[in-house]
Parts: sequence; structure tokens; C-alpha cells
Amino acid sequence: MLTWSNFLSQLFNGLAQGALLALISSGLTIIYGTLGVLNLAHGAMFMLGGYAGYVAFQATGSFTLAVIAGTLFMLVVGVVMERVIIRYFYARPHEDQLLVTFGLSIVFVEIVRFFFSSQSLSVPAPAVLSGITSLGVMFYPTYRLAVVGIVAVALLALFFVLYRTRLGMIVRAGIEDAVMVDSLGIDVYRVFMAVFGIGAMAAGFAGIVNAPVVSLSPDMGEAILVQTFVVVVIGGVGSFPGAVVGGLIAGEIISLTSMVNPGYAYVMLFAVMTLVLLVRPRGLFGARGRE
Amino acid sequence: MFSKRPVLVEIVTAAVLVAVPFVLPHLDAAPNTVNRILVWGLFGIGFDILFGYTGLLSFGQSAFYGTGGFIAAYLLTRAGFPYVVLALVIGMVAAALVGYLIGLLALRRTGIYFAMITVAIAEIFFFVEFNPLSEWTGGENGLPGVPTPSFDLGFTKLDFTSGWSLYPFLALCFFVGIVIALRIVRSPVGAILTAIRENPLRAAAVGHNVQAYKLTAFVIAAGYAGFAGGLLGVLQGFMPPDAFMFETSGQLIMQTAIGGRGTLFGPLVGAAVWLFLQDFLQATLKLGAAWKLVLGLVFVLLVCFLRQGIIGGIKDLFTLVTGKGRAAEEPVEEAEPVATRAAVAPMAARHRAGTNHSGPLLRARGLTKRYGGVVANESIDFKVQHGELRGIIGPNGAGKTTFFKMLTCEVPPTSGSIVFEGRDITGMSITDVCQLGLTKSYQVNQLFNKLTVRENLNIAALAELRGTFKLDLFARLDRIPGLQEQVDHTLQLVSLGARSDTPVSQLAYGEKRRLEIGLALASSPGLLLLDEPLAGMSPRERVETVQLLKSIAQGRTMIVIDHDMDALFELAGRITVLQEGRVLAEGTPDEIKANPLVQDAYLGGVHEEELAT
Repeated sequence: MLTWSNFLSQLFNGLAQGALLALISSGLTIIYGTLGVLNLAHGAMFMLGGYAGYVAFQATGSFTLAVIAGTLFMLVVGVVMERVIIRYFYARPHEDQLLVTFGLSIVFVEIVRFFFSSQSLSVPAPAVLSGITSLGVMFYPTYRLAVVGIVAVALLALFFVLYRTRLGMIVRAGIEDAVMVDSLGIDVYRVFMAVFGIGAMAAGFAGIVNAPVVSLSPDMGEAILVQTFVVVVIGGVGSFPGAVVGGLIAGEIISLTSMVNPGYAYVMLFAVMTLVLLVRPRGLFGARGRE
Repeated sequence: MFSKRPVLVEIVTAAVLVAVPFVLPHLDAAPNTVNRILVWGLFGIGFDILFGYTGLLSFGQSAFYGTGGFIAAYLLTRAGFPYVVLALVIGMVAAALVGYLIGLLALRRTGIYFAMITVAIAEIFFFVEFNPLSEWTGGENGLPGVPTPSFDLGFTKLDFTSGWSLYPFLALCFFVGIVIALRIVRSPVGAILTAIRENPLRAAAVGHNVQAYKLTAFVIAAGYAGFAGGLLGVLQGFMPPDAFMFETSGQLIMQTAIGGRGTLFGPLVGAAVWLFLQDFLQATLKLGAAWKLVLGLVFVLLVCFLRQGIIGGIKDLFTLVTGKGRAAEEPVEEAEPVATRAAVAPMAARHRAGTNHSGPLLRARGLTKRYGGVVANESIDFKVQHGELRGIIGPNGAGKTTFFKMLTCEVPPTSGSIVFEGRDITGMSITDVCQLGLTKSYQVNQLFNKLTVRENLNIAALAELRGTFKLDLFARLDRIPGLQEQVDHTLQLVSLGARSDTPVSQLAYGEKRRLEIGLALASSPGLLLLDEPLAGMSPRERVETVQLLKSIAQGRTMIVIDHDMDALFELAGRITVLQEGRVLAEGTPDEIKANPLVQDAYLGGVHEEELAT
């Protein structure tokens, strides 16, 4: 069982899964860091993105259009959600924020179940990226390789927005001290709305890109949500690099443990999280005052 | 909330539980649904103590529900253990033990982190149940064949099987659960748990071991979950693996929020709404799978508009209709004239560290605090004698508040040492220091906002009477010796006697400031630090508060920071002036007034500029 090529292919699986987790987690972590709201509907948004992509794909037959349409749809969902509900919860206790986003996650899941039923759906990979590619010692599904590339580009884009734009500068300043940013005369509420939209977009984008790898089901977001928590706890709340590194670590742990015994993959993941909590309670890249 | 008529709640609960099997069958309620409501209700009692009372929202209760359930079910099926009730108790104890260990880990963090960690931990349990332990737990098949309880009483045999026949057993379990929980929330521990929910920092600062109390609540919740998990197996005749699922925790949270948190009965009401509505939507309206969408929407709307759930809503409606709340909202005119206050006997300070100690009461040497590159305090040497009333003045940003924070061990000094009553307290916790008799009032009010004035003072006095941590879960708050007297006395001292049953949120600002001082005073400290007690007060309130400070200074040592120089010069025997983190001068008020350095610091060299122009 433990062959060299098996190990390599699991390593790649871990990379693909880790990259996706990194993208979803960075959405969660920048929303939390800036707005102070832990979005429990984030997993459901990942799922929703996948279904939006599915609908767009059914309508147009183009995977690229599906990705674009689904991502934009999630941007709109995020902005509307912030405007209509989340905004009224900034001043309320954390518990209420958790409750309302948890409730919204159930509403999202059940809406999808209502329209698409519980059975799983799939989106085929685009023709150019289907099939398998030879990597010398082994063959590997082309699309999964492409996922790593696509997500890497998305993460770079996110990095660019966060670290090279005016908005990103405000967001990063807001993560450190939102009150201060507010007193500097910046309309934080508009920034919050943008951040929530971007975070939702990241989750939705990951959902569509992931759709050809794993089939879609209404409940798929729950497991992802729990995994992103682990990523954020490992990486440190509010830290973009933490989300990326934590995501990759989590992906590899799940994938490499699965090679030995799939039943222990998640047990191992949580064991590592526990270890991080004991040794570095704020996470690998966490900083004081961000929670 | 349950304290006014102690036994009434229990009696009403018992009556309703007895009446249910006579009434509900006529309303076509499925007995199985009623039984499930009871199990969820019992599960929720513990959770409500954790979430509603202590303010800790755990998303991982399924871990304990499953643990207790599977251990009881395993004993009763595969191990052939014959005693149902004993197996349930063993399951409960096991779940509580697991809760203790998990609590040690999860409670290292608060708020968001706590929620995320509990989710993750519950997931571990789910996977462990399915894989490594599947030999014992039956994996995805669960454990079938869990027996129902029967008791041989000699003359007759009591068999509880299913439906309405099982109901009395479950109802009894629920009743015992609620009676125990009512005792807990009426105990000093219950009062402290609410204080932790309202303001954990202040709860620690008045001398309670917050971490230990949180762990207590966590273990209680785990115990209730474990017992309820066992009952689930008994109810279904089968222990289902989905007890461990995230959905279980989620449903519990939603039911508690729907019914009303912090009420103990909320989870039961929520479960009744949830399960009856589910039956109704599925069976009567033929909504099929969409029932959960409807419930999800109902839940979101409730969280948005009815924060305290159904029970909270009913209570608000009740106060609205009867107008009971109105009277309390109108501020009561200060009834006690200042003169009478002198008649209130000063409160004795307790010296806990060692009364035979001689030399200064407090001594700080080389106290320095740096925040990164910013030096807040630089090598401050400071001494206070027994019985002294020291004033500290200094321009804004002189480091006065930081200095106080270090003295009470709220923040550790970068370097230097603090000795209180001959004991080195450097690096101790704020809780332990308060227990030694050194505490402070805060510049910005740190009160327990949803509690009444009396309840606030109870919290502080309890710390002195009970120590940092005591597990008197079944003691009654009104029977703690000395509590009533101490709180009454403090109420008189800060002249809030007429407002004792008013919630803090309805107090006027000046009253809150006095309560702030009262909270520090109620633990009868040997050394009391007051951080700007006069800040924001009207001239009249200032005069009154100065009188108050004079009366509480009798028999105790005090250090007061304030910007009101006239007040401080009147009050204090000696004054220390801080500037830019250092001690600029120290002396009697007259010396300070005449000190050119001090004049310079306050006038900031303006006179020189004026001379130049």
C-alpha cells in the first residue's frame, strides 16, 4: 500500500485540498478579523457557491462562465446578507452573532435542499483540464493539478487586494483596531460590507472550483466549516498568512493520514489542533488583541 | 429570577408534569414526541446553565450527550448490566469526567475561540465513535436493544416500556433535573456564574476564580448531557450514532434560543415548539423535508427580533401589560441627605495577609511598565503606611491608571516588585490579590449590568465570605452567614439603599459611580484603590462623594487618583504627583501646592511663554 507513487499522489491531494481550505479559511478569517463576526454560514456559502456554479453551468455549458457567474452571485449574497442582517448584529453579543449566522446556514442548506433535493449533483471538469497528466513517476488527474494553480491565483489575487490596495490597507488596519480606523474618519460600514462580500466570494469561488472534484450535496458545507475552524485555530484568528499555512497543513494531515487509515484522518487533524492550542494558544500567526 | 417564591416553581412544574398525560392525549399529541421533548428539555437544562447563565456558547454538547448515552447503552446491552438507572448515572458521571478534561482545554480561550474549539472537539468524538471505537459503539449501526427500566417493589412491579408508559419515568428524571438546577442557580455559585456572564473581568477582580467556576458550569452541562444521552437510548430502545453529530448540538442551541436562554425551562419550551412544529409541518401540512427550512427561518427571525426567546417575550409582554417595569424605571430622588451618612458606621477592613506585620502596608520598588517602546511607568518607588489616605495626581497620560493596574496585579510589571503587608505579591493574579485585601474601583465603570444593585454587591461580598472558589452548589444565597449584613451596610455607605432592587442598566450615572466604589468596598479591603471616583460627577455629587470617601476612609487605607485637586487636597494626608510615568514629587497637600516642579508640570511652562510675549 505505502508506495512511493501513492505517497506522492496523496501529497498532491493534500495540496489541492489544502489550497481550497486555505482559500475558504482566508474568507472566514478576514471577515472575523475585520467585522468581529464569526460567520457560521461560511460553510453553507461554500456549498451555495457550488450550486450557483452548477446552475450557471446548466444554463451556459461553459465552466468558465459558471465560475464567474457563481462567484459574482456569492458576492451579491454576501453584500445583501451584511446589509440586511449582519449589520444589526455588530453591537450585539458574540453569542447572538453566532446564533444568527448558524440559523442562516440552516436556511441556506434547506433552501438548496428544497430546490435541488438531497441527492448529489456534479459539474464536469472543463474539457481542457479533464483526463490525467503524467508526472513522471505517476499519473494524476489533470483537473486536480489545475485546482492547485487556480486556487493559488485566487489567493494571490486576495493577497494583492489585502496588501497592495487602499481597501486592503484599511481592512488590515481594521483587523488590528476597528475603533481607531473608524475614528480616522473612514466609513467602516462600507468597508465591512465589502469585506463580507469578498469573504463570501472566496467561499463561493472555492465551492465552484471544488465542484468537479467532489459532487455537490446540501450538507457539504458543514464538514468544510469545521475544517476551516481547525485551520483558523491552527493559523491564528485574523491572519491571512495563518489561513494559508494552516490550510495547507490541514490538507496534508487529512490526506496523508487517509493513506495510512482513512478513519483516523480527522482524529489526527483535531489532535494537531489540540497540540497547537496547548503550545501556542493564539495559533501560529495569531496576535494579541485580535479576538 | 427564581428567588422570590422558592418552592412555587417546583410545585407548578410537578403539577404540569402530572397533568400532561391526562390532557395531551386528548389533543392528539404523540406520546413519543412528548417523551423526546422531555429528554431534550433535560439535556437543555445543563446547557442553559452553561450558555444562558454563564454566557459560554458551546457547539460541542453532542460529545457529552453521545458519551453518556453510549456508555449507558453499552453497559445495558453488551455488558449485560441489569440496572437501568445506575447505568444512566454511570453514563452521566463518565460524561462529566470527559467534560472536565475537555473543559480544561476549551476554556483556555473565550468567545469565538471557545465556540470553534467546542465544535472541533465534538467532531473528534464523532469520528472516534465511528472508527477507532466502532467495535464497542457499533459504529454507524449504533447499539440496539437498550432495555427500559423496571422496578420490582416486592408487592408490585413497575414497568416503564414505551409511549405514555415510559412518560412517568422520564418526567421524574426531568423533575429531579430541574429541582437540582434550580438549587444550583439559586446558590452562590449560580450568582457568580451570572456575574461571569455579565463581566468576567470584574468577577475575577473582586476575587472569584473565574476559570474554576466556568469549568464547574461546563462539567454540570456535560453531566446533564450525559444523563439525557442515556435516556435517549432508553427511549428509543436503541442508541443512535447521530447523538454524536454536530446537528445534535445545533438543535439544542436553537431550541434553547427559541425557548429563552437563562430560564432553565427555555430548552423544554423550545423543544416543544421544535418537535410539535416538525410533526405539524410534516404530517398535517405535508411539507416533507421543507419543515426544517420553515424552522430555520423562524429561528433567524426569533434571534433578530425576540432576543430572549419565547419565555423572555412572554415576560416582557407581562411587564408591558401590568406596567410593573415602569415604576422601577423612574429615578428615585436621592432620599438620604448627606448629613445622615455620617451616622452610618464605617465598615471594618479585614486584614488577611497578617496583622502582625509592621512597616508600610504597601511598598513598590522600581516599578516599570513598558508597552513596546512606550514607557508607561518608569522605576516608581512608592510606600503607603497603615491608615493613610494617599492622593495621586498628574496630568493626563502620566501613567496613573497603569500604576494602579500594576499595584492590583491586573497587569504584570515589566520590572520591579510590589510588597503588600509584608508579602511579595508581584506576579500574583488579580483574584488572589483581592482576596488578600487589596482591590480597586475602576475609572470606567465595570459593573454587572443586568444584575440589580444588591446582586452586584452580593458578588463582591461573596468573594470575601467564600474565598476564590467553593463548590456550595446547594447552599442558599440568602442563608450565607454575614452576606445580608455586609451588603446592607455597603448599600447604606454608598447610599443606594433605595435602589437595591434596580438593575444597573437603569441607574443614573452618579449612582453607577457610587456602585462602582461599592463593589470595591463590599469585599472589605484593607487597602482600597480608587481610580478617579469623582470623574464626570456634577458639583453636588462631588461634594456628596467626598463625604462618602471620608466616611469609608475610617479604619482603612486608601489611595485615590483624581483630577479634582480641591477634593484631593481636602481628603488626602499625602499626595504623590506622577508625570510622564515617574514620581515627580510627594508630600503634604501644602508642600505639593508650593512645589515649583508641580506648578510647572500643571502649567506646562506657559508662564515662561507669557513672560516672553
